[in-house]
Amino acid sequence: MSVPTPEISVAITVNGVMTEHEVEARTLLVHHLREVVGLTGTNIGCDSTSCGACTVLLDGESVKSCTVLAAQADGGTVTTIEGLADGDALHPMQAAFREHHGLQCGYCTPGMVMAAVSLSQEALTEEGGVLTEHAVRKGLEGNLCRCTGYQNIVAAVMAGSAEMAGSAEMAGSAEMAGSAEMAGSAEMAGSADMAASDAGSGR
Amino acid sequence: MIPAAFSYARAESIDDALALLAEHGDDAKLLAGGHSLLPLMKLRLATPSVLVDVGRLQELSFVRDDGDTLAIGGLTRHHDVEHSSVLRQHVPLLAAAAGEVGDPQVRHRGTLGGSLAHGDPASDLPAVVLALRGSIVVRGGRGERVIPADDFFVGFLETALAPDEIITEVRVPKTGGAGWAFEKFNRRAQDWAIVGVAAVGGDQPGVALVNMGSTPVRASAVEAALRVGASVAEAAAHAGDDTEPPSDLNASPDYRRHLARVLVGRALTTVAEPATASGGSR
Repeated sequence: MSVPTPEISVAITVNGVMTEHEVEARTLLVHHLREVVGLTGTNIGCDSTSCGACTVLLDGESVKSCTVLAAQADGGTVTTIEGLADGDALHPMQAAFREHHGLQCGYCTPGMVMAAVSLSQEALTEEGGVLTEHAVRKGLEGNLCRCTGYQNIVAAVMAGSAEMAGSAEMAGSAEMAGSAEMAGSAEMAGSADMAASDAGSGR
Repeated sequence: MIPAAFSYARAESIDDALALLAEHGDDAKLLAGGHSLLPLMKLRLATPSVLVDVGRLQELSFVRDDGDTLAIGGLTRHHDVEHSSVLRQHVPLLAAAAGEVGDPQVRHRGTLGGSLAHGDPASDLPAVVLALRGSIVVRGGRGERVIPADDFFVGFLETALAPDEIITEVRVPKTGGAGWAFEKFNRRAQDWAIVGVAAVGGDQPGVALVNMGSTPVRASAVEAALRVGASVAEAAAHAGDDTEPPSDLNASPDYRRHLARVLVGRALTTVAEPATASGGSR
């Protein structure tokens, strides 16, 4: 029989880096990321599973990290807002938020972007296409913004989603054609990596 | 908000989980997706001293075709229920309603068994399983029990599940081509239903209500009216009968009864439409 312990060793790959810490069993993933791992890009908003500011990807899927124990993520892969860009090259969803001015105060933005990335990935793998406006509005149900009125956020997510779909398609065709030239593009290769790792990591 | 301190054990198997529950009794709680339990623990409304994490028991995440019924593993996540092609085909009401629970992030974590075990009258899926006349299969020290949904919800956040038992699967009859509808009335995205209605047609119509009492409730008077050939309007007029809906910031009991009548009317209209393959979720 397993033995309950008040502390637990938690090993999580965060943004591609293996982390391992001994933490109290009650440690929430958001506190673990911010205070133990030291990544403060993930914000705490409502702290009650409503606002979505703390959204991160756990094994490729959006979750509200205020309502997940670090222990539940043990052995898993977490991507935070800090893990999206490839050096100075913004992730297509980040670039779309900047292009479409999808933020004002910015507090909800990390969670919005992570939720939008997850939504777009699922549209690609499960629904087989680019997100419609309705799908974006319904899909962002769990992310509250008190500034923008959502109009530009929706525009940004639709543009970012289309960009991700285009990248995946091009990376896919590059892979099939074995084109070293196309696969060499950092942005496209990055998107392809993400698509591959997200698709293969359902819990 | 941080939960009170507890000890954590990750169950390696169903038997391991049951042994841990037997060992720690009332002090222990099962942790599945955690989306009902952890919020309560953060508010210190629940303070278990031992958490038994069953979230990795893959053997409890499945959708199985048993002929006339489908069995859904207790740890099947809302996201997986929503996207199951088998469920979409044979019990579209459950798949559609799962897609209305919370938001995408919640659906990535929350589980069908967890939602039923929590027994919240404001939750969507308990009423759906009631309307479908499903049953809940539990396993514990005394072996396996199959509990009809009608006997499962016994009080506010209280179910027939014993402290040493785990929900292994949920069984629901296939609804074939019968019409169905899920109506969820709320004022803000992602909120709990102020009132909700799950309805399915066929030989034995099923109608159940969300947030109209201390438990999810069957709309027995509506079903009885339908059985004797009442019109949609006549049947829907009984939606508030024998209910004791809660009063809160959103609605008074009288307003909830009014909502129930309106929403049951909408749901039954959708159920009765000839082309209901795409169903009737709002």
